[in-house]
Amino acid sequence: MSAELRIENLHVAIDGKEILKGVDLTIRKGEVHALMGPNGSGKSTLSYALMGHPNYEVTAGVATINGTDLLSMEADERAKAGLFLAFQYPTSIPGVTVANFLRHAVTNVRRPDRKEGEDLMPMRDFRKELREQMEALGVDGEFARRYLNEGFSGGEKKRAEVLQMAMLRPSFAILDETDSGLDIDAVRIVSEGVNRVAESQGTGVLVITHYKRILDYIKPSFVHILFGGRIVESGGPELVDRLEREGYDWIREKYPEAARDEDELEAKEAASLAV
Amino acid sequence: MSTDLGLQVQGIKDDYKYGFRDEMTYAFESGKGLTRAVVEQISEMKNEPSWMRELRLKALEVFWQKPTPQWGGDLTQLDYNDIRYYMKAADRQGKTWDDVPSEIKNTFERLGIPEAERKFLAGVGAQYESEVVYHSLREDLAKKGVIFVDTDTALREYPDLLREYFATIIPIHDNKFAALNSAVWSGGSFVYIPAGVKVDVPLQAYFRINAENMGQFERTLIIVEEGAQVHYVEGCTAPIYSTESLHSAVVEIVVKKGGRCRYTTIQNWANNIYNLVTKRAVAHEDALMEWVDGNLGSRLTMKYPAVYMVGKGARGEILSIAFAGKGQHQDAGAKVVHAAPYTSSRIISKSISKNGGRASYRGLLKVAQGAHGSKSNVVCDALILDSSSRSDTYPYIEIDEDDVKVGHEASVSKIGEEQLFYLMSRGLSEAEASTLIVSGFIEPLVKELPMEYAVEMNKLIQLQMEGSVG
Repeated sequence: MSAELRIENLHVAIDGKEILKGVDLTIRKGEVHALMGPNGSGKSTLSYALMGHPNYEVTAGVATINGTDLLSMEADERAKAGLFLAFQYPTSIPGVTVANFLRHAVTNVRRPDRKEGEDLMPMRDFRKELREQMEALGVDGEFARRYLNEGFSGGEKKRAEVLQMAMLRPSFAILDETDSGLDIDAVRIVSEGVNRVAESQGTGVLVITHYKRILDYIKPSFVHILFGGRIVESGGPELVDRLEREGYDWIREKYPEAARDEDELEAKEAASLAV
Repeated sequence: MSTDLGLQVQGIKDDYKYGFRDEMTYAFESGKGLTRAVVEQISEMKNEPSWMRELRLKALEVFWQKPTPQWGGDLTQLDYNDIRYYMKAADRQGKTWDDVPSEIKNTFERLGIPEAERKFLAGVGAQYESEVVYHSLREDLAKKGVIFVDTDTALREYPDLLREYFATIIPIHDNKFAALNSAVWSGGSFVYIPAGVKVDVPLQAYFRINAENMGQFERTLIIVEEGAQVHYVEGCTAPIYSTESLHSAVVEIVVKKGGRCRYTTIQNWANNIYNLVTKRAVAHEDALMEWVDGNLGSRLTMKYPAVYMVGKGARGEILSIAFAGKGQHQDAGAKVVHAAPYTSSRIISKSISKNGGRASYRGLLKVAQGAHGSKSNVVCDALILDSSSRSDTYPYIEIDEDDVKVGHEASVSKIGEEQLFYLMSRGLSEAEASTLIVSGFIEPLVKELPMEYAVEMNKLIQLQMEGSVG
């Protein structure tokens, strides 16, 4: 079994409009990749499609996790197969405590063959582990009793996502703009949390971001630029510096066809925001 | 004992675990249909005083005169002539469970009543069809003057108390079904808490219908004297039949100065039962009346627990959960009437509808002239699980006083795709995710229940949710 998340020629459409136009990307166990790109380039589409959101239709291509076909699975099966997505905008679930939710999640992911209604992970073991992970993330003990994401500040939401990642121990994690809306201290704390989990579990990580600063803490060995619905450049950390210095103009010039698609996608996004 | 779960009965949910029935020979039954003779016979068998017999007959006239209500659920299929109005299964009432006929005792064992009694209840009443078959009260409470008996016994042993309060909170003319209950009532609980006595653990009554085409008409009266306190809990279930049965109770409560009463219902009737119940409490000065009302079962429920705040500083709280599944209509809600200054009320109603079920909130908030400084807050939230299900809100507000604070919020939401996806992306199946979202939705209410009932309520919701996602 190959310990990798493998994406080949992935095409994804929303409401019949194609957003991703053939993405190729392979992340091996323990590797850290960064995915950068302007607004509307399809970064979040890639993460939602990989996690199995029903509104994201895969029209062509292949995605596998550790050799198993990802695309035929429901979202819960993908989680059990070892995939994790830290959401950019986590949804709140009123009345459901962080602890109660996580106990269900952890039990299912660690015991993928568990039948519904069977016992959850023993409360004592679960609490102990949760407390340790919360301490490591600098999260207050009260947090576990709060309703999931309800009334959380931006920083709390992102910490809650990383806490979930720590408890679920995925083999591959996608962080979708986990740095957005965070001040620099919060970026550091959240990043350290991700690094700790990734190092202890050998997790392969895909960091989706607009900005360099999170990559100062979660250091990628591979950097990809998503533009116009496909990965146009792949390289090392030097790509991050070049984008930081020069922006995307050189990409536009180098890939005129992708630039046309990118403009179309951006226009569409602007139109949908204006509605 | 037959354990036919009636799984094949069309249109009935297949996850109702209380649907077993007993093969029973009855000590007496009135036969189908309602006549003057039936009412006279009930009264005669119970050896009642003449005032009660007259009240019954007068109520029967009122029942016949009043039209069937058109404004709530659909009652056109309810055939008053196809109901048996009185059925007696046991010859006498047990003081211990061993005195109860074994079939009936087994039924209550299966429902977990004796076990709950041993663990956490101060007293238990168990009604089977028309009569209460078992009654108990903790000895220390009896010594303090607490009375907890069935209402027929109360009429024999405490006739003056009964005559003073009976049908004064809910008069026989109040509505058609209150009139019906007043005519043919049998069983129910009579609770009397003397001044200053605080009953710290709940008293519970359990109502079981076993027969087909049965009408159960229990009558409950609770009197909480000054500074006294009680928590009364009722539960109810029935077997599943393909024909309709009727449950039409009347519950009257008086809470005197500084007293507190909490009345908790977990209604889980089978889906062939019309549940048409009138519940009303009067709260005097600084008294607190709380209704906690869970409606999970029945074909149609029409029930709007009420608090009339007649003394300065009285408070009323009504928390209700309604769960409407396939073939069910829960027309539930609340009534609060502010008839004195500085009274306050709070209504929280949560409903869930799925598989074509319909949940309606129907509420009345009334503030009378002179009830200055009063405040009321009403929140009703509905959660709809699929596109074939329905939710309605009918709030009525009548305010005849300027100096009041009134808040009203209502929300309707569908289980969000984003919520489901979020939970599923963490390894929860779609069914588990829905159940978790629903249990979160009702959490603010469930946490008001005593622990044992909160656990039971969560279990019931899980059962209701099973197989609800396709």
